[in-house]
Amino acid sequence: MVESDFDKIDAVLHEFEGRKGSLIPILQKTQAQLGFLSKEAMEYISGKTKIPVSEIYGVATFYTQFRMHPIGKNIIRICHGTACHVANARKISEALYEELKVEPGGTTKNLKFTVEEVACLGCCSLAPVIMINDKAYGRLTPSKIKDILAQY
Amino acid sequence: MENSVRIKIGLASCGIAAGGLDVLEKVENFLKEHDVDAQLDHTGCIGMCYAEVLMEIEDDEFGSTMYGYLNAADIDDILNAHFVEKKPLTEHIVFSDKLGGKEKEILDYQTRIVLRNCGVIDPESIDEYIERSGYEALQKVLKDMSPVDVIDEIKESGLRGRGGAGFPTGLKWQFAYNNSADKKYVICNADEGDPGAFMDRSVLEGDPHSVLEGMLIAAYAIGSDTGYIYCRAEYPLAVKRLRIAVEKAKEKGFLGSNIMGSDFNFDLTVYEGAGAFVCGEETALMCSIEGKRGMPTFRPPYPAESGLWGKPTNINNVETYSNVAWIIRNGAKKYAEFGTEKSKGTKVFALTGKIKNGGLVEVPMGMTLRDVIYKVGGGIIEDRKFKAVQLGGPSGGCIPESLLDTPVDYDSLTKTGAIMGSGGMVVMDDTTCMVDMARFFLNFTQNESCGKCTFCRIGTKRMLEILNRITQGKGESGDIEILEDLSRKIIKGSLCGLGQTAPNPVLTTIKYFRDEYEAHINDKTCPAGVCKDLIKYLIIEDKCIGCGACKRACPVDAITGEKKEVHTINQDICTKCGACMTACKFDAVKKL
Repeated sequence: MVESDFDKIDAVLHEFEGRKGSLIPILQKTQAQLGFLSKEAMEYISGKTKIPVSEIYGVATFYTQFRMHPIGKNIIRICHGTACHVANARKISEALYEELKVEPGGTTKNLKFTVEEVACLGCCSLAPVIMINDKAYGRLTPSKIKDILAQY
Repeated sequence: MENSVRIKIGLASCGIAAGGLDVLEKVENFLKEHDVDAQLDHTGCIGMCYAEVLMEIEDDEFGSTMYGYLNAADIDDILNAHFVEKKPLTEHIVFSDKLGGKEKEILDYQTRIVLRNCGVIDPESIDEYIERSGYEALQKVLKDMSPVDVIDEIKESGLRGRGGAGFPTGLKWQFAYNNSADKKYVICNADEGDPGAFMDRSVLEGDPHSVLEGMLIAAYAIGSDTGYIYCRAEYPLAVKRLRIAVEKAKEKGFLGSNIMGSDFNFDLTVYEGAGAFVCGEETALMCSIEGKRGMPTFRPPYPAESGLWGKPTNINNVETYSNVAWIIRNGAKKYAEFGTEKSKGTKVFALTGKIKNGGLVEVPMGMTLRDVIYKVGGGIIEDRKFKAVQLGGPSGGCIPESLLDTPVDYDSLTKTGAIMGSGGMVVMDDTTCMVDMARFFLNFTQNESCGKCTFCRIGTKRMLEILNRITQGKGESGDIEILEDLSRKIIKGSLCGLGQTAPNPVLTTIKYFRDEYEAHINDKTCPAGVCKDLIKYLIIEDKCIGCGACKRACPVDAITGEKKEVHTINQDICTKCGACMTACKFDAVKKL
């Protein structure tokens, strides 16, 4: 971590000063700024907020949103909810892992994409669905994957 | 200047996923190039998701015309026909005032109370919400009603919690009202985590003010001045629209101090979840707002007595709050005219799976499942045979064909072994394997278990292991009995709703589809042809002409054969992906 990283965390902490129960939004904003939650970042937050590191680590590991490793520039979420499952989401997953040469939850070597499977994105009528960052792509077939990835 | 032409494009998450932004761009370009004076807006989800992208044109000439099934490529032709030639193209018309379109029936069967503004207004405009009687209920409450009046009205309406448990809302508010404390909280549970459910998302994206107004009225009723909307982070558009709504409400004086000039104060914060299904459970949700791990706690005490930071708290679901303003404006009696004796009002369902008209529908309680699926939903895709409908997500159960005439109300559904749930309705046909579905749900709940209770943590894992074995062809006699026994114990030994309902999909599928389990275990076959280890792909000798298409399509090189000679699949290498069957143009690949 470099000095500007600590400054970013300070700015986040300042925003939530005096507001009780803000640990989760603090971690969310820190992750948004730094890309992931490093051990150093959590220790720094602990020092400033007086919340024990063990508690912060406990919260960070409980919620799936938090990452303790660097992630790719673009996050691909493959929906494996009920409707997508019934619409063969498995095939879409396999096509993505094949194309990007990653494991589920993994990041491509060039740090361009991180791919993870999630439970439900709420676009069930367009199953199967993936989300890349904030954009959802529906009515997918394995053949459409290459073109979609090329946009990034 | 008042525009007499208005164009609305559905841009909720579904609309965007179907290409809505490209359509928007094309429309913008057309209007500019042809100098058409029209007001172009986004709107939320009208619920006809199967027909996305949807675009409604309102003008003096044709009244309202809803075009659907749109791609960016269709736009120039459609707008040209509509505005320049004044001869609209009818193939894309879903329904209209003057130009036909039979799909209006789908809306006619529905009673849209919760979804009253979705697909009609621009969700980022507070003025449009106000134009459609928005915040009138709040005004009525602050001017003419006491907290007790409000609670009585909600009690009389018969409104029950729409999150799934169906607890009488008025009574819940009463409990919180009765507990005196220096601080009380109002929370909206917008952590819609059930896979297959997106009712709440549509309301949050399409009509966020209806939720705000409901929360304000609840806060007034119980005596609270602080509220939270806990929205899952996987709904970024919903979070964005909620935050905009809160800002706009503040600007108009509907949030903050001295609301509408009264001495009622209320502050609202939008809180983003962090990816834990269990946080949809109310005690876990409150722990999460407190900055802790989302692990459920004992009830009693219930939140109405001791909730957030130990203070009396009222938590309701998005859909529940969305009903409140309508009830206050139109009266409890009017609301109670809809529905059945014990289940008043309407329910929003997310119809998905193998259904023709998939999307969001809002129907009066009491309509039969058959009518929802066949009348409103249009029936099964390709008119295949109906097998089951899954209600209530991973906490719910599967209902077979024999029970299709069950009315949709809390008690009738509970009798079948399923639950109303939050509204997810996944329709399945004969190509769905019920054992695989049970395994799918258990896999989900097992992953999401917080780990506190031994029976939930380890019990669901053991059940999942057994189901995995069964779907892999390694089922043993006695497995079904173990599953049933474990289910009963997990239900008894779990603290919260997650563990208490996790076995439901297994229990209902065993109850209604035992023969499928037995086929997997005893005969090592999967009747629906889904479980990979129990199916085989074979090339039919008489039909294969040796073109090699399947060989080229195979990702694992499992197919051998010379040109113009019958090809064969090596069963040891085959991963059952089905690419060969898709590639074959001669119907020579069969799935057994």
